[in-house]
Amino acid sequence: MTDLLQLLVFGIVFGSILTLGAIGVSLIFGILRFAHFAHGDMMTVGAYFALIFVAQIGWPIYLALPAAMIGAALLAILIDQTVYRRLRRTAPVILLISSFGMALLLRAAVQLIWGTDNQVYQPGINVPYVVFDIRIKPDHLVIVGASVILVFAFHLFLKMTRMGKAMRAMSDNVDLARVSGIDSERVVIWTWVIGGALAAAAGVLLALDTRLNPQLGWNVLLPVFAATIVGGIGRVYGAIAGGMFIGIATELSTAVILPAYKPAVAFTLMVLVLILRPRGLVRGMN
Amino acid sequence: MELGGITEYGLFFLSFVGIYALLSLGLNLQWGLTGQFNIGIAGFFAVGAYTSAILTTAPSPHHLGGFGMPLVVGLILAMVLAGLVAVLVGLLTVRLRTDYLAIATIGIAEIIRLMLKNEEWLTNGVRGIPGIPRPFAETLGQSDAVFLLVVVVLILIVYLALEAARRSPWGRVLRAIRENEDGVRAAGKDIERFRLEAFVVGSMIMGLGGALFAHFVGFISPEAFTPEFATFLVWVMLIAGGSGNNKGAVLGALIIWLVWTGTEFLTSMAPPEYVTQAGALRLLMIGILVQVILLVRPDGLLPEETAERK
Repeated sequence: MTDLLQLLVFGIVFGSILTLGAIGVSLIFGILRFAHFAHGDMMTVGAYFALIFVAQIGWPIYLALPAAMIGAALLAILIDQTVYRRLRRTAPVILLISSFGMALLLRAAVQLIWGTDNQVYQPGINVPYVVFDIRIKPDHLVIVGASVILVFAFHLFLKMTRMGKAMRAMSDNVDLARVSGIDSERVVIWTWVIGGALAAAAGVLLALDTRLNPQLGWNVLLPVFAATIVGGIGRVYGAIAGGMFIGIATELSTAVILPAYKPAVAFTLMVLVLILRPRGLVRGMN
Repeated sequence: MELGGITEYGLFFLSFVGIYALLSLGLNLQWGLTGQFNIGIAGFFAVGAYTSAILTTAPSPHHLGGFGMPLVVGLILAMVLAGLVAVLVGLLTVRLRTDYLAIATIGIAEIIRLMLKNEEWLTNGVRGIPGIPRPFAETLGQSDAVFLLVVVVLILIVYLALEAARRSPWGRVLRAIRENEDGVRAAGKDIERFRLEAFVVGSMIMGLGGALFAHFVGFISPEAFTPEFATFLVWVMLIAGGSGNNKGAVLGALIIWLVWTGTEFLTSMAPPEYVTQAGALRLLMIGILVQVILLVRPDGLLPEETAERK
């Protein structure tokens, strides 16, 4: 029982990270209508941005995290304006190819700049708290806490601001949103700001939990997509449920399956959901 | 480099072009003709390579197989197995929009790669499978020329079959599905069946390419089946050559392999301590190249032949 509770803790931690990635994928799909394959590598880049602030300037992680989020948001806008924007008039599937190429491009750039070795933000042992035989590392609390704050902030943004409202409108029906006078280019820019920033946050938190390496984000791309689809693609609130579901389920599965197969478990769950409820647990888009 | 060395390198180079041309032709049937987005080429490629390797190598205590079967059995079963995996993926995704197919194919490819690494009884894990025989090695020797001839013959067969298929009513339905799914459905065609057929046949060709790769290099390990080399390069080849056009698929394989080995030549001049950076730089260059092609010449060098252009 303790073992399962321990895995549940790991699952909540992993789920918090996946949620941040899945919100971005779902939002981008809702507004731009394509599965963003560079999202995992956007997470990686964000994690390394934070490393610059931690290792070069000596900032603590809670300052480096927002800095990395801003950096990744700017990078996402740059990528969109130089490449994706020009391809948007063609079929969405061309954007899919382009984003797949972008994924490799970002990963190659990370390898080129930071090398392929594993790195950590802060060396040393993260001494866990022990509660009823369950070990919880301080970093775990940081991860879950940061994730809850960011998701709540995003929720407020969607519900309280004009831009949030415009985003929800565009996600529901692009044409209707356009004729009602919403500046779609501005909405797209904000989509990338939020998608990029949350991806960076996910990357930093994942690196805090494990280690930094160029494959960091690519390795969780499949669970992130699984979370997005399970939650109903294009439904950002579903992404929260999907992220937690996939996170907890994959960690619990390690009780019986080799941990190396975690992405396979996420994938299998995704396939099952696709067969049983093709639009996700929360009704998503076609 | 003396003349003999150049010929030898030429044969080696063209053999790789040939293997990639098969992958690119398989992808052209799926993407170019039918509009199906397969980014798990690496998976089908790996299934083909490992199937044929396990069937044709001598017995080994390190992995399953060592059946020592004739090469042709290896090639055929490589295609069959890759086709079976494709049936599975296809049945799951055939009703869904292409984004799901993309995610499903990359998922299958990653799972296959995880299995190659972790199921040591089957694949010998990261240590790989050595000693995979060359075609006609016993009668004609280990020459690259013999291998190239085999590859060229197989490409010709595949190419001619695909061209015949493209011009046939079957091929016309595939293109019609790509252009206007609802229209084809209204005409009473079973779209799911056509899609599945195209996907499976394309994947079988990829499996054949994988088997030939295994027999060419003689040693395979999971490292050879990363998405960078086995999936992404093929996509770049097809897009650069011209998707929808089988000639374009072959031409793209030649040109992009030339560019890819050219970047290797360039980065090999860098000092040895920068060797990992050099690899990353090559990927970066190809990554930029694909964005430029998509922006500047999205139809590729040889665009698809359409009725108006003829």
